[in-house]
Amino acid sequence: MASDLFEAPDYYLVDELLTEEHKLVRQSTRDWVKKEVSPVIEEYAQKAEFPKHMIKGLADIGAFGPYIPEEYGGAGLDQISYGLMMQEIERGDSGIRSTCSVQSSLVMYPIYAYGNEAQRKKYLPKLASGEYVGCFGLTEPNYGSNPGGMITNYKEDGDHIILNGAKMWISNAPFADIAVVWAKNEEGRIHGVIVERGMEGFTTPETHNKWSLRASATGELVFEDVRVPKENILPNKSGLGAPLGCLDSARYGIAWGALGAAMDCYDTALRYAKERVQFDKPIAAYQLQQKKLAEMITEITKGQLLVWRLGQLKNEGRATTAQISMAKRNSVEIALKIAREARQVLGGMGITGDYSIMRHMMNLESVVTYEGTHDIHLLITGLDITGHSAFK
Amino acid sequence: MKVLVCISHVPDTTSKINFTNNNTEFDKNGVQFVINPYDEFGLTRAVWLKEKQGASVTVLNVGTAETEPTLRKALAIGADEAIRVDAEPTDAFFVAQQIAAVAKEGEYDLIIAGRESIDYNGGQVGGMVAALLKWPFINACVGMEIEGDKASFTREIDGGKEKLSAPLPFVIGGQKGLVEESDLRIPNMRGIMQARKKPLAVKEAVDAEAKTKVGDFAKPEPKGAVTMVDADNMEELVKLLHEKAKVI
Ligand SMILES: Cc1cc2nc3c(=O)[nH]c(=O)nc-3n(C[C@H](O)[C@H](O)[C@H](O)COP(=O)(O)OP(=O)(O)OC[C@H]3O[C@@H](n4cnc5c(N)ncnc54)[C@H](O)[C@@H]3O)c2cc1C
Ligand SMILES: Cc1cc2nc3c(=O)[nH]c(=O)nc-3n(C[C@H](O)[C@H](O)[C@H](O)COP(=O)(O)OP(=O)(O)OC[C@H]3O[C@@H](n4cnc5c(N)ncnc54)[C@H](O)[C@@H]3O)c2cc1C
Repeated sequence: MASDLFEAPDYYLVDELLTEEHKLVRQSTRDWVKKEVSPVIEEYAQKAEFPKHMIKGLADIGAFGPYIPEEYGGAGLDQISYGLMMQEIERGDSGIRSTCSVQSSLVMYPIYAYGNEAQRKKYLPKLASGEYVGCFGLTEPNYGSNPGGMITNYKEDGDHIILNGAKMWISNAPFADIAVVWAKNEEGRIHGVIVERGMEGFTTPETHNKWSLRASATGELVFEDVRVPKENILPNKSGLGAPLGCLDSARYGIAWGALGAAMDCYDTALRYAKERVQFDKPIAAYQLQQKKLAEMITEITKGQLLVWRLGQLKNEGRATTAQISMAKRNSVEIALKIAREARQVLGGMGITGDYSIMRHMMNLESVVTYEGTHDIHLLITGLDITGHSAFK
Repeated sequence: MKVLVCISHVPDTTSKINFTNNNTEFDKNGVQFVINPYDEFGLTRAVWLKEKQGASVTVLNVGTAETEPTLRKALAIGADEAIRVDAEPTDAFFVAQQIAAVAKEGEYDLIIAGRESIDYNGGQVGGMVAALLKWPFINACVGMEIEGDKASFTREIDGGKEKLSAPLPFVIGGQKGLVEESDLRIPNMRGIMQARKKPLAVKEAVDAEAKTKVGDFAKPEPKGAVTMVDADNMEELVKLLHEKAKVI
């Protein structure tokens, strides 16, 4: 891929709303992405391979659990810092950001928020340091948007439980050391269970032939009479609200992350349009291209203000699920539109791996579906403002 | 071992350089500032001294409050404490006097400055500090090892290297080679959090006078457009060189 010349847009001087520390977090993450991700990511995406060596670098920079307290190996940063990190990492690639989202918000967060002290001490430092990689099993073959219907379940057997069922579309599954699995107990109530690789009856077949998130590994989690010690059940929250709480945290990160992908597409298209000459003028001088570029920067700017405000609310513990849904949905939608338009600005060059745009575009097709589909987030807003659920 | 690292706060190398006020002042508008690259090599070497030889590392800048993010970054990379001498750094001698005052007070064992600051490219501060303190000065330093109260150095000289030694305390003007580019550290999140709690002391400047005064700045002429001449068209080329470029 061509060298990474990325310059971040800041049309409304949103930087002035950030602290010096936020800017240092962002710059450090950006420097890391330029050094470690940009030079190799295209190759891994083309090969459909997760760049496993990045786990250590991501851990070293602090991308695993940045907002988890320091005593558990996190950095104890605020939510805006977390958002900025996700923005920069997804600017590099949505697949790498997905790995961070899963590790931080879907594995470390539930262990931190719903686990007991022994579980926190046992798992969190190893997850922060990258010694362990985790995955999050909620979706099942027949229960995607409607996870409450899940079939995966367990029965008690002395100080163990016997886990049965299967999860599908699970990021990091093929190489994860542990899985936070959501399963129903004998009364049908959903609980989180930590399943470790190596437990008998637990397998993680990989999902192949993806056109999207190719630099991220996706797989299944299959449980056939897996005996899990009872001490691996997360004790402090149960019911569908527990996994949904994790999703709030991950979706918040995606709201920032997708903007990063959008910024990369815009920045690439703007630079290309100024340089590419057709009919004796740079194509940036033609109205049709200006319309595309002007609309891109408008949407990015609106998105930046939205996620910044959401970050403030999250720092104060006031961000609602519905507010997070709105931001996730908006960011991904504009990122997808921007990727498609930006690709056209590059003409034929836009379809090659010399530029990041097509990879972002394909990645975003997963991002618009996982962590609540585009439609489902709209229904969440609809329910929130009307009081009527249109899900069923 | 107490190490003082002098950090100059400079425009990022990709910045677009402009001047204001009749070309007498640098236009900071929209410019991003970074740790002077030569100083970053020195800082990294100092952090190694901390990690491998138990040194304590203080970073120092002579500048106004706007340089504090640069010092925070140095703390996030691994320095233990920071000092900012609160003054507009008007010239190299002024800056050197401030650094020398801090060095005397803090009883440092060595001072790592950069070979030059990439903003005004004076290449003077390190040498002046050494002179004010009557300490040895090793400029263009590409290697430094310390054992007890002695140090050995490698310097880059025209077409080769020079090896020398000196007792502590001393001043170096460092550059790449002290550590390599791949050794430079990007601050990580834990470092950034720790930097929050590390001391950043603001000191008043000592009385000192600048010895130089800037008239104005001028940018190089922009590069002209390239005219392509067909390889077979000698006549056209000669004509252009003669009439347009006026070089023959
Ligand atoms: C690359 C990738 C990685 C993933 N990683 C994980 C992971 O790590 N962990 C995990 O648990 N899951 C993961 N997922 C799963 C993801 O969360 C689901 O794909 C998503 O929730 C949608 O479920 P589904 O695919 O079953 O689609 P469905 O729920 O079958 O939806 C199909 C379509 O129907 C629409 N629809 C559904 N219900 C309604 C309704 N009531 N009204 C109107 N329209 C409706 C949807 O919007 C969608 O357009 C991942 C998915 C992908 C693609
Ligand atoms: C007209 C003019 C206006 C200036 N205005 C400003 C201003 O507004 N704000 C500003 O920040 N600078 C300003 N400077 C730059 C400031 O004067 C320089 O830091 C100082 O003059 C040293 O420059 P130099 O090129 O001689 O440094 P060099 O001698 O090339 O620097 C060598 C090394 O000395 C150390 N060093 C240099 N400067 C400092 C410093 N300030 N603090 C700590 N260590 C240092 C570094 O380790 C550096 O690698 C101005 C300079 C001029 C000429």
